[in-house]
Amino acid sequence: MRNLILQGILQSPLSEPPPRPDDCELAQLTHAFEEASQRRLGRSLSIRAVDAGSCNGCELEMHALGNAYYDLERFGLRFVASPRHADVLMVTGPVTKNMRLALERAHTAMPSPKWVIAVGDCACDGGVFAGGYACVGAVSHVVPVDLRLPGCPPEPIVLLKGLIALIEAD
Amino acid sequence: MASLREAIARGARLDAMRPFPRIEVDASIWLRVTREISKGEGDLVALWSDGAAAHMMAWPHGDATPCVLSIACLEARFPSVGHLHPPAQRLERAIHDIYGLTPSGAADDRPWLDHGVWGVLHPGGNAQPAPADPAPYRFLAAEGEPLHQIAVGPIHAGIIEPGHFRFSANGETVVRLEQRFGYAHKGVETLMRGADVDRALRLAGRVSGDSTVAYAWAASGALEAALDIVPPPRATALRAVMAEIERIANHLGDIGAVCNDAAFSLMLAHCGVLRERVLRAAKAAFGHRLMMDCLAPGGLARDMTPGGARAIEDALLAIDASLPGLLRVYDSTASLQDRTVGTGKTDAALVAQFACGGFVGRAAGRGFDARRALRYAPYGDLDFDVPVRQEGDVDARVRLRFDEIGQSMAIVRRLLVKLPAGPIRAEWPTDAGACEGVAMIEGFRGDIVACVRLDAAGRIAHCHLRDPSWFQWPLLEAAIEGNIVADFPLCNKSFNCAYSGHDL
Repeated sequence: MRNLILQGILQSPLSEPPPRPDDCELAQLTHAFEEASQRRLGRSLSIRAVDAGSCNGCELEMHALGNAYYDLERFGLRFVASPRHADVLMVTGPVTKNMRLALERAHTAMPSPKWVIAVGDCACDGGVFAGGYACVGAVSHVVPVDLRLPGCPPEPIVLLKGLIALIEAD
Repeated sequence: MASLREAIARGARLDAMRPFPRIEVDASIWLRVTREISKGEGDLVALWSDGAAAHMMAWPHGDATPCVLSIACLEARFPSVGHLHPPAQRLERAIHDIYGLTPSGAADDRPWLDHGVWGVLHPGGNAQPAPADPAPYRFLAAEGEPLHQIAVGPIHAGIIEPGHFRFSANGETVVRLEQRFGYAHKGVETLMRGADVDRALRLAGRVSGDSTVAYAWAASGALEAALDIVPPPRATALRAVMAEIERIANHLGDIGAVCNDAAFSLMLAHCGVLRERVLRAAKAAFGHRLMMDCLAPGGLARDMTPGGARAIEDALLAIDASLPGLLRVYDSTASLQDRTVGTGKTDAALVAQFACGGFVGRAAGRGFDARRALRYAPYGDLDFDVPVRQEGDVDARVRLRFDEIGQSMAIVRRLLVKLPAGPIRAEWPTDAGACEGVAMIEGFRGDIVACVRLDAAGRIAHCHLRDPSWFQWPLLEAAIEGNIVADFPLCNKSFNCAYSGHDL
């Protein structure tokens, strides 16, 4: 283990330079932010993830945000265990009817100001699961959505861009 | 076994399905087969319905392949399998929820996937408006002075799929765990109906995102069997390359996550780097990190990129360089071993009864691996080991993943060295008529079964996809008994069952 730790210290970091958010993400966000909330939260956001019935592809890529290449926490962004500690709700999946109530409750439990990111095609518009008896479809049918990050699943770099846009928008 | 075979032989063999036989049976044969399976003469591989009939996939021990038994559901009933063979119980409850067919004599009549909020009852069958006020779910009782309950989920503390766990604990010790699922139910079987084969494959590839290659392979394998199409050798070889890369990536993620659940985050950090290397190689070679939509009916959607083999080999070299060291760290860290050794033991008899596949089964002495058992192409021509361990604890499930990564890496290398040239996709007939096919593919989690029926227009009439988790989740309930609550995350992660794949 000593070797492994030494290697970690001596090697240059694997973390890659931060991506620049796209204009479209910034444009999506201009309405969502007031200066007041920016002042209150500074450059740090706590994120709560809710899987509203995804296939788990989006979860895999959200997990990847924590690896050494993307190293989410260097930006002051971190996943938290309770919606009561969260500023941002990242929702994946086509909102199955069986998850609708839990999603609403998680959103209600968050303190204001709060933002919602729809992660992945399913969360944006129901994706391949749209229609049918079991899914509500877009997350925006259930809770107000501030930012959409499409993709099936969106790659970690896309998620990172979106989150950086969130802390940089004003 | 002879008696199970005898019972099956009394049914009327249909030639409709490929490649496994399908046999039409009456209630007496159905029950006799059920009894023989419950005595351990064979495995129950799957149990499903299409609304008109119930189908059971049974595999008599010693037979080369499983077979499918079908019973027409007169008056919307079929004889319960679960009342004699408990592994069938959740499957029967799901059949009742979706199709409204009642398993006669079933021990457990509670709903499973239906939480009473769909607005309809039995959406796949004779759909009726649902009552506005569904009865609350009846959890099983655990009674006694010192017991308390801990309810967890459907939303968990981490970035995890949704599901509910109800613990009854005596102090720190778990007395009973009851799972409640269905939160990720998306109605895939109903969405499949009438879909063309391309959409069917897109849906199958999103049943469980971590197994997208295996699911797409199972679904396309069933379609190809139905139409009697053999994908070209290059396509089969590349499918296996993708499936093994998927296995490696998931196992790396799991090893890191299990150790992280024992608060040993160093392992997660290193495994996370390796996993990322593998996913980037997948993107370079096949155009998508998880390799979604890379398969197509009859072969592949697109060929591997020219630099793909190099990218994959580079990722494998990175694993070569780090993984032995990580195994040494795992081996020599007492605080980690203290948490994993002897924790969450699965009973070998239960594993056999549930015909539990994947690493959960293989870590407890059940050496089944569909690649070896069915020798489907290209695995029939490949020389590889199926590692098996006996201990059945968290430690065995972690070590088995290390073992399997080694085997998968060797398979990928062998396939890439001798990668056949030629086309990547077989011609897809448009006028084949109604037909049905079945396939079993070994995903990273275990054997995935796909059973597909096409109508005369070449569209999906019915598609059933059976996740290995159906027979693994119940074992987690048993494995956690007598362990402390704090070890549940370790046990759960070491199983890593699918929520979405199970809920469908």
